[in-house]
Amino acid sequence: MISIDWFLALSALLFCIGIIGVLIRKNAIVIFMCVELMLNAVNLSLISFSSHYGNIDGQILVFFALAVAAAEAVVGLAIIIAIFRNNLSVDINKVNLMRW
Amino acid sequence: MDYLHDLNVFLPGVIVALAGLIAIIIDAYKNDHGAIFGLTVFSLFAGLVLSVIDMFGPVGEAFSGMITYGGVAAFGNSVVLFGALFCVLISREYLNAIDYEYGEVYALILFATAGMLGLASANNLIMIFIGIETMSICLYVLAGLIKERKTGAEAALKYFLLGAFSTGFLLYGMALLYGATGSLYLTEIAEAASSDLIFIAGAALLLVGFFFKVSVVPFHMWTPDVYQGTPTTITAYMATASKSAAFVALLVVLSKMIPAETADWAGVIEVIAILTMVLGNLIAIVQDNIKRMLAYSSIAHAGYLLVGLAAGTPEGYSAVLFYLFAYTIMNIGAFGVVAYYERQQGLDFTDVNNYVGLGFKKPLMGVLLSFFLFSLVGIPPFVGFVGKYLIFAAAIDAGYVALAIILALASAASVYYYLRPMVYMYFRDPHKDVPLVRSGIVFRSTLVILAALTLYFGIAFGDLHNLLSSYYAADWVTHLMGH
Repeated sequence: MISIDWFLALSALLFCIGIIGVLIRKNAIVIFMCVELMLNAVNLSLISFSSHYGNIDGQILVFFALAVAAAEAVVGLAIIIAIFRNNLSVDINKVNLMRW
Repeated sequence: MDYLHDLNVFLPGVIVALAGLIAIIIDAYKNDHGAIFGLTVFSLFAGLVLSVIDMFGPVGEAFSGMITYGGVAAFGNSVVLFGALFCVLISREYLNAIDYEYGEVYALILFATAGMLGLASANNLIMIFIGIETMSICLYVLAGLIKERKTGAEAALKYFLLGAFSTGFLLYGMALLYGATGSLYLTEIAEAASSDLIFIAGAALLLVGFFFKVSVVPFHMWTPDVYQGTPTTITAYMATASKSAAFVALLVVLSKMIPAETADWAGVIEVIAILTMVLGNLIAIVQDNIKRMLAYSSIAHAGYLLVGLAAGTPEGYSAVLFYLFAYTIMNIGAFGVVAYYERQQGLDFTDVNNYVGLGFKKPLMGVLLSFFLFSLVGIPPFVGFVGKYLIFAAAIDAGYVALAIILALASAASVYYYLRPMVYMYFRDPHKDVPLVRSGIVFRSTLVILAALTLYFGIAFGDLHNLLSSYYAADWVTHLMGH
């Protein structure tokens, strides 16, 4: 039996990789993938806690998180397409009309 | 029978969500914008009436404790529905004028409102998550409504990426809270709370997620850009309804779920409140674009609201609720008048410098804008003054004298940028004669009603204030906080 600590450590590690990706990458699609990585890292935590407590609530939240991530992907990719049509690029450094 | 009872107490949400579905079907088959607009206004009005009635009714839990009804939840629902209703009423004419009136806009507003109702009544972390996300995903789409223009697409992208990023923190916070306590119900979490690292980290991450949604410094970066790029009446909706829903949920989380003794939460909120009030007001002073100015002003108002939350007393919480209502009335009004000027051809009326001499051309609009700006400054007898006074008094009572003084100084600084458009409108000569199109009857009367409400609740605030205070008189909050 693997202890829950390992799952939580893996989840925290993946979450941090996601954060770093969001902060340093410049391509809007890659940033979005990193956000998805963060959400899925959290799902891993939720499932481990859920199995640790023998309580189903955490897994229900995981289902909602998956559904929300899917809806977010639909809207997000559409927005990225709109950006591409305007700028002919998805580089977020070029999305800089408004400042301050 | 239980389900019928549950559906009945959550009827505003049910009506609004169903209306959203019907709006989409009408849009697909008949593309009749008049019918969709009528349906939207009717459902929001029906929901508003029902939740106002709920404000005086009993308090309880429904759907196996997922949501609460009555009391704070009913008041939150009323503010959200009020904001949504008035934004929809001014939206039609404005969106028609800029050629972006789609049936989907109303459907998305209805869905977002349903999410906000869930959020404001939430009693469980799952409900908070679903509420926030239903609201946010609809708002990402609405922010990108003018997708052919670069600023519109940019606003949507910034809102979406930062919003999704903050969702990650929110969800991780929920996971850690669940791990620390073994439950997702707010009250059960509070009972099992302790000062161990997992609980504190979870609560902190959850608060970070909330701070993003209510746009307080240092999580405010998206606000001015999104408010500028979004069509103005939709901005009014984002700035009022979504902020009110998120603030009510934040208030419930702070008062119900996070026991004060686990860590110095009031200290954290105090620091963020000071940063938000100071930075929001200072940056607003240098803005020339009136929508960005109102965006920074809304950040500053979030700071005032945090002062009430930092106080953490029943008076503080009821002051925050009152202020949310006041803020909703006056902000929709201000954005509404800006929307009226903005749709005029010939000059860029988002630039404050072009407001010169406007006051005498259309006297009604000039007077209305003055009403709303005076109320935002917090000058009696407008409702903004009462809201600020209640928060100020609650902070002093709770011993946060320094915080109260900063609040007073910050709102003194805000006089400069709120009065600047008015000085331009009334005391400077216009440089170019631009003909102003007359506004429609619905648009005009909506703004007049809002102006009348700023005055009415500025004078006769006693009943509402007593009602809000009574929510905290003898129920769970006082019990939990040990007051």
